[in-house]
Amino acid sequence: METVLVLGATSDIGIAIARKFAAAGYNIQLAARKPEQLDAVKSDIEIRSGVSCSTHAFDAVKYDSHAAFFNGIKPDITIAVFGTMYEEEDAFNDWSLAETMINTNYTGAVSILNIAARHYTTQQRGTIIGISSVAGDRGRASKLVYGSSKAAFSAYLAGLRNKCFKDNVHVMTVKPGFVYTRMTENLKLPAPLTSTPDEVATIVYNGFKAGKNTIYVKWFWRYIMLIIKNIPEFQFKKMKL
Amino acid sequence: MEKPLTSWGRYPVVECNQESFVFTEQLEKLADRSEDFIPRGNGRSYGDSALGKRALTTLKFDKILSFDTAKGVFECQPGITLSDVLQVIVPQGWFLRVTPGTKLITVGGAVGSNVHGKNHRTEGSFSRHIIDMDVRLASNEEITCSPTQNTDLFEATCGGMGLTGMVTRVKFRLKKIETSYIRQKQIKAQNLDELLSLFDKYQHYSYTVAWIDCLTKGKNSGRGILTVGEHAAFSELIEEQKKEPLKLPSNKKLNFPFTLPAWVLNTFTVKAFNFLYYLKNYKKEMDSVVLYDPVFYTLDAINNWNRMYGKAGFVQYQFVMPLESRQGLVEILNRIGEKGMGSFLTVLKVLGKQESMISFCREGYTLALDFPLRKGVLEFLDELDEIVLKYGGRIYITKDARMKPDMLKNYPELDKFKDIVKKYNPDGKIRSAQSDRLLLTEPK
Repeated sequence: METVLVLGATSDIGIAIARKFAAAGYNIQLAARKPEQLDAVKSDIEIRSGVSCSTHAFDAVKYDSHAAFFNGIKPDITIAVFGTMYEEEDAFNDWSLAETMINTNYTGAVSILNIAARHYTTQQRGTIIGISSVAGDRGRASKLVYGSSKAAFSAYLAGLRNKCFKDNVHVMTVKPGFVYTRMTENLKLPAPLTSTPDEVATIVYNGFKAGKNTIYVKWFWRYIMLIIKNIPEFQFKKMKL
Repeated sequence: MEKPLTSWGRYPVVECNQESFVFTEQLEKLADRSEDFIPRGNGRSYGDSALGKRALTTLKFDKILSFDTAKGVFECQPGITLSDVLQVIVPQGWFLRVTPGTKLITVGGAVGSNVHGKNHRTEGSFSRHIIDMDVRLASNEEITCSPTQNTDLFEATCGGMGLTGMVTRVKFRLKKIETSYIRQKQIKAQNLDELLSLFDKYQHYSYTVAWIDCLTKGKNSGRGILTVGEHAAFSELIEEQKKEPLKLPSNKKLNFPFTLPAWVLNTFTVKAFNFLYYLKNYKKEMDSVVLYDPVFYTLDAINNWNRMYGKAGFVQYQFVMPLESRQGLVEILNRIGEKGMGSFLTVLKVLGKQESMISFCREGYTLALDFPLRKGVLEFLDELDEIVLKYGGRIYITKDARMKPDMLKNYPELDKFKDIVKKYNPDGKIRSAQSDRLLLTEPK
């Protein structure tokens, strides 16, 4: 069976995606900054699904380590879930926070996924899935730096899809809207627009199976964002979003 | 951030800040903060046991740590539901030794409530099958306890409603099964006397439970249907079932799509329901071999069934009466019949001897009834409390949302329990709305 690498496996969505692919029979590689945290997730996946699961140290901003890391495990499917989100007001005032967001969400993602894509295009087979965000669809004040880092990531994934297509490598972009995670449990989220990590994982898995290019979670976010993208800028800049 | 939160009975509503954790380090940080908290699982206790200013929910701390498929020993974090446990163990030929009437509770909740099932007389409560467990105390220190190690902590944690600390790991024994089917027999009884004598007659069965019609008066008072069952052996299955003897029940569920207006459930509709339910067993005795789900988890088949009782919610009233106080049972049924305040699916079971310190279970008859919240219900339940007390009975704390601290006086080891809670939770940092109401923690 094929092997799935989950980058950012300590996040709620990362764990849910790992469990979902494991339940479908894929072997799992879990990667995170603190792999020692993942022992319980590993035993859980192995016992629930009877697949094999391993844990690996991966730091998105330690670019120099990425090649050795990836070439040491060579998964068939690479899923980038990792990301950082700080309070935008803090990041606006503190460059180190803004820089970490940009470096994790964009620079680090480009670094590791370039390596994965080179491997996949050489062997003419492979899949890359990137978890971006609806926040990247249009820049706005409340998601200033996070949104722009995700916009860059979405643009990168679109380009990568275009570049790798001829080599039989598929790239899927996932844009979740609101998700109930530890990161958002202190926010008041509108229930009909919000999904659980398990729902995200199911939609990602189904999208992967169907060979989708870009999927929104939930699906109607595509149309919400379409409306938001089409508000004229002279109007948009006055809005509180 | 505080948001309105309820448990399964949707009463009471408490402004509660719910926080979750995936890893031990995150729990450590949350527990380090100065605000009080109460551990919370899937919110399937009925009242305010898992409500407070702050609830630390275990639902994301739900990993399986080990499963010895040869010996039938399971080890996990507290947030996993029994439903998920069954999903893993049944195909390997194992089952829970004790399960309550819903599989949607967490393992942590099973410990905190020390749940019992339809086999209490033979298998006791959940705690009897625990090998050991870890508890994170109010001091944020984690210690291991078992029936032989830190025994005071172990005893007070089983059934202790989370007040000794947060259970972070549980290792327990499973029951070997040949098939996932139950060989069940249903017998109709025309009144309470007949029903209770049927309990005696069929007491050699592992599982026994009765549904009882609490709205019939006179000579048919307490009529009902006794269901008894055993795990079916392979040879007892029909050919079709033999193809997959350890089959899992389907996950498909109905959903109760909206909250029913309170007036829909009235004496008439409940009576009609009970009448039909009694009638559906057209024969005196019926035998069948069925998957475990409908036998153990009847109501789990309908998501959100608690919406049936209307916006105001409901209280489940479960008490146990000593065997010799059968009269108490009769008195309570009569009172309910007079008031016409009965519920669907009133459940009667026989319990075995008490085995743990703060356990609800003691030898006797236990009856569980739902009462939709409406005018006069709380006062009526106070009246029932007096009968329960008079006959030496007890109320199940896990179901409770309203009783007075006095009602705990028939828990013989209450003071010892309180002392142990004080030892491990000295400043009452771990507390719930219920523990404050029942004076299990000192109010601040």
